Amino acid sequence: MRAEAVSKSYGSRAALKAVSFAADRGEVVALIGPNGAGKTTLLSILAGIQEPSSGTVSVGRKEVGWVPQQPAVYRKLSVGENLRLFARLERVADREAVVERMLELTGLAEREGDELGKLSGGNQQRVNIAIGLLAGPPVLLLDEPSSSLDPRQRARLWELISRLAREEQTTVVFSTHDVGEAERYADRVLVLADGELLFEGSARALEEAVGSPQRDFEAAFVAFLRNRGH
Amino acid sequence: MRWLLLKDLQILRRSPLLLALLVAYAVVIGLPVGYGISAPPSKPKVAFYNGVAKQDNAFDLGGREVDASRYAEELFEDIDPIRVDSREAAIQAVKDGEALGALVVPSDITQQLQNATELPGIAEPPTLEVYYNADNPLKRRYVEQTVEARLAEANLALSGEVTKVAANALEVLLDGGPFPLPTGTIDVLGLKRANLALEGVRDGLAQDDPQRAAVQNVIAFAEVAIQSLDFAGPVLGAIAAPIKVNTNEVEGGSGTLEGFAVAAAVTIALMFVAVLLGAGMLALEREEYAFGRLVRGLVRPTSLLVEKMLLGALCAFLVSAALLGLLAVFQPVSLSRAPLWLPALVLGAAGFSALGVAVGALTRDVRAASLLSFLLSLPIAALALIPSGTLGDVAYDAVRGVSAAFPFKPTLTALDAGLNDAGSLGLPLLHLAALTAAYLVLARLALRRFGAR
Repeated sequence: MRAEAVSKSYGSRAALKAVSFAADRGEVVALIGPNGAGKTTLLSILAGIQEPSSGTVSVGRKEVGWVPQQPAVYRKLSVGENLRLFARLERVADREAVVERMLELTGLAEREGDELGKLSGGNQQRVNIAIGLLAGPPVLLLDEPSSSLDPRQRARLWELISRLAREEQTTVVFSTHDVGEAERYADRVLVLADGELLFEGSARALEEAVGSPQRDFEAAFVAFLRNRGH
Repeated sequence: MRWLLLKDLQILRRSPLLLALLVAYAVVIGLPVGYGISAPPSKPKVAFYNGVAKQDNAFDLGGREVDASRYAEELFEDIDPIRVDSREAAIQAVKDGEALGALVVPSDITQQLQNATELPGIAEPPTLEVYYNADNPLKRRYVEQTVEARLAEANLALSGEVTKVAANALEVLLDGGPFPLPTGTIDVLGLKRANLALEGVRDGLAQDDPQRAAVQNVIAFAEVAIQSLDFAGPVLGAIAAPIKVNTNEVEGGSGTLEGFAVAAAVTIALMFVAVLLGAGMLALEREEYAFGRLVRGLVRPTSLLVEKMLLGALCAFLVSAALLGLLAVFQPVSLSRAPLWLPALVLGAAGFSALGVAVGALTRDVRAASLLSFLLSLPIAALALIPSGTLGDVAYDAVRGVSAAFPFKPTLTALDAGLNDAGSLGLPLLHLAALTAAYLVLARLALRRFGAR
């Protein structure tokens, strides 16, 4: 997946300023940055929800699985009904087989008939991710996927995402406020601030860029932003 | 679109309390408002004291006995009389707030009527006493106008009787015959017979008789009198009913008040269900965060809007049809006219639902959509029900303009036409089709503006 000079303006305010980056098959990329940096805007443009003001994205909507920050599911429908509905809308060929696989992948097979609104936030998020994966997209975009989860649920989520990247060669791009997660699970991090892409590389490279490799990644990230005037 | 529609119906099925409340609300509001706006005001309570003894009710009018109490009954058509035993009791009933007014018929009213007919212009006209409670100017005016209108009817009926007596007297004067007097019936010669007698006298006189010219003069006078009185008869008839009323309807048809009440109740139910569901179910897509997922290639935004419009219209149609079926038990709802009222119901549901979808497109969550739907629905219904003639020209034109921009007025007009044969059906149906399309376009524009949120 490649984004070339993607910009987005809302009136006179520039939300994204000529952001370019690429992600390989099976690579996990983390988008980090302070509030209002443009992370969600960039993801929504990559997902095809918003059109960029200028610039291009190499993948089409059909090739991208989209997992919004809030579970985009119907709480009055059951887990199975949600998956089947979106599988129909995605025109998935072998619908039942794919739904079964997603239930297994998310560990929710036993709760297939439960109304989604009665599930925990973590389980709802797992269904949210499963819906994003229904069409078997080569690229998966996740907007702060772990923000509403407890530590145990987070661990299961990242295990699932890592497996997708490793076994399915899915390209994963996710945004997060938890820089520890970015360090642990991402192959590469992109640092965005005020719509600008300030850094692209590994967590270790960011620490080195700050010049104090002995410090932890979160401290290096904060120092990096401070050095750049953010 | 089919799967989304099924999904929404499933969601509604799993929200029975919400659905029951929505239907109950539409029916509970629709029925009383529908009947309230079409029911005539109830008869005001008026204390009534008749001082005339029963045997004294009749008076003589040109030899005919006329029952004065018959004219008092005219009043009771528009008032709810509380009969009391004295003038004081009648006034007290007004003071106590038991009655809005009091009407007192004095004990000598029959004599007054007798005098007025025997000595017109000399005797005082018969007088009734009316007392009002002035604590509520609106009610006071209503009672005043009701009593005055009914007294005018009674006066007209009485003057008709007087005219008949006068016409009868003229006839006797012309043609002769028996004429009743208080002292007994007399035989009147009549002008026509007198003229014939005079002609006989004249013909019996010699040509040069000096009496002949005088008799001829009297004959000429009698002929003029006969001609004039012949003309007076129809004139008296015209005076008895000087103005004839020819009622014509400029707009609307032959609908009844009950039929209009049914149309209004159904329109209100249709409005609440369609607007609330159209707005709420579209807003729910945003509230559930599914909207962004759906419109990024799974469903076209226009298809999503049409689906919500169909959902709202379908549910509103079913609720309104059920309400209509319920009303048919008590009110005249013609099934044979179904080909006329069904299109009105369908297009009305579509128009309201499209309005709801436009509201839903402008809002982010169900609560805001519901609130905006209520805020919009109540005034547009109220504006559409303002009758002509109650506002100034400019204000009424403005009200008509605003009403034309919403589906309430055309739906009510179409349903009234379809159910009750009240006016043309085609124009309001076209109006509704145009409004449906316009609201869908508005919703699409709103989605483009706010869709990414």
